[in-house]
Amino acid sequence: MTLPAQQDPHEKTPPRRAFDVEEVRSDFPVLKREVNGSPLIYLDNGASSQKPRQVINRVSDYYRNEHANIHRGVHHLSQRATDAYEEVREATCRFLNASSSREILFTRGTTESINLVACSWGRRFLSEGDEVVISTMEHHSNIVPWQMVCEEKGARLRVIPISRSGELDMEAFAGLLNERTRLVSVVHVSNALGTVNPVKRIIDLAHERGVPVLLDGAQAMPHMQVDVRALDVDFYAFSAHKMLGPTGLGILYGKEALLDSMPPYQGGGEMIERVTFEKTTYNVLPYKFEAGTPNIADTIAFGTALEYYGGFDERELIAHEQDLLAYATERLNRIDGLGIVGTAKDKIGVVSFNLADVHPFDVGTILDQMGIAVRTGHHCTQPLMDFYGIAGTVRASFALYNNRDDVDALVAGVEKAAAILL
Amino acid sequence: MMPSINEIQNEIIEEFELFDRWLDKYEYIIDLGRNLDRLDDEYKRDGNLVPGCQSRVWLHAELKDGKAVYCADSDAIITKGIIALLIRVLSGQSPERVCEAELYFIDRIGLKDHLSSTRSNGLVNMIGKMRAVARDLAEAA
Repeated sequence: MTLPAQQDPHEKTPPRRAFDVEEVRSDFPVLKREVNGSPLIYLDNGASSQKPRQVINRVSDYYRNEHANIHRGVHHLSQRATDAYEEVREATCRFLNASSSREILFTRGTTESINLVACSWGRRFLSEGDEVVISTMEHHSNIVPWQMVCEEKGARLRVIPISRSGELDMEAFAGLLNERTRLVSVVHVSNALGTVNPVKRIIDLAHERGVPVLLDGAQAMPHMQVDVRALDVDFYAFSAHKMLGPTGLGILYGKEALLDSMPPYQGGGEMIERVTFEKTTYNVLPYKFEAGTPNIADTIAFGTALEYYGGFDERELIAHEQDLLAYATERLNRIDGLGIVGTAKDKIGVVSFNLADVHPFDVGTILDQMGIAVRTGHHCTQPLMDFYGIAGTVRASFALYNNRDDVDALVAGVEKAAAILL
Repeated sequence: MMPSINEIQNEIIEEFELFDRWLDKYEYIIDLGRNLDRLDDEYKRDGNLVPGCQSRVWLHAELKDGKAVYCADSDAIITKGIIALLIRVLSGQSPERVCEAELYFIDRIGLKDHLSSTRSNGLVNMIGKMRAVARDLAEAA
């Protein structure tokens, strides 16, 4: 088959190019645009990252040249699409250092990944009086699914307290674990504070009591290498769109034995082995959990996002982002009246702040006028905002394509907002 | 005599034509917010909250001599400035006029362009609440 010459669907980033932020920026078409008459300064990566041209092209090439439904067709296109889709499952397995691609489930996003565990695992293994442990700094998507299943089962939600700096109280956590604890579900990196939680310690403590652990990795995956086997984590949930991939795709890693013990989450095509009106037998992992036609194009393009990350030395990426965080923290701290929310020792990717008692919405509105995209509000962590006694924060969150100029623009913007609003 | 809703809208449009820079426009809106008449604390209750705004917005209305009179507050100053403009346009008009009014000034002063959809949803909800309250007042009268 010949493909149009102008677009090569197998365009790959050459392996291990030295990290050069300016070169990386040139891969992201949106960074060239203006907003409200100023160059776009995109610092809302915690909400969603921008996409490199390689990922954008992969979606378009797939639809131009390769699309067919997968897993069922005997014809050429269907088989090729199936191979491309399943190759991304293999690539994700390698990326996470999972034991088998049967442990990689594709979902709609982190939220659905967590809901899948709450519905399937929770309905089978939770009963009255059982306890599920979460923390004060959870995103609503790691609170509400557990509240729902706990209510249904008569189980109880326990919450790990945090310090003012935004760090988990590990002593309190150890005290919460008891014979009724069935699951610990905590965030790896806080979306509102940037705190990197001591997840290895959490997992070890929970496992001492035979309690499985789910980690919400939505904010960790874009910034660090996660090795699910080294962590010995039981479930790991994250989203493609926060790590240079398309929207509408999430991943749930689960240990094979656990996933095998869980009932299907949704019924339909693909997830069955044999259907009669009397009885249905279910497909094997991972298909048991993937009812219906999946998000084929976006999954295949997510493979390209993984290749993009794989093109760099992980340590260089982390060093770059830690430099941005340190630089932003130092410069913002010099602004009179500015207070950073979340000052944990171990942080990545996020700086959240407030300007005296100014509402974050006002600061965000002024920054937007200067083409600076930040997030304002409660960041879907209302209990955390209640803990701090604030309506919300202004949050700047970084990706690998941000540079010190972005931080300078943010600081200049916040200074201007302070001049107007204070 | 009270100027009509459209006369007030045209006045506001003229005032905003004086501003060349977005900064001046926002400084003016912030000033309007700072100078908005205080809303009594007793009216800052959940039932008076406008849904769908990023910041909290409380709206209270009374019927005085057949006219809807509005008071409002917000914990965000820019939002408060925008409410001040809405109050200037709608407060003191009859409930029927409030419900029928076509609020073209928002587009014309370039506010809608500069407000993200989350925020303009808030703006839409504010106007919706002002109309709903006016209807309730008219029905109760």
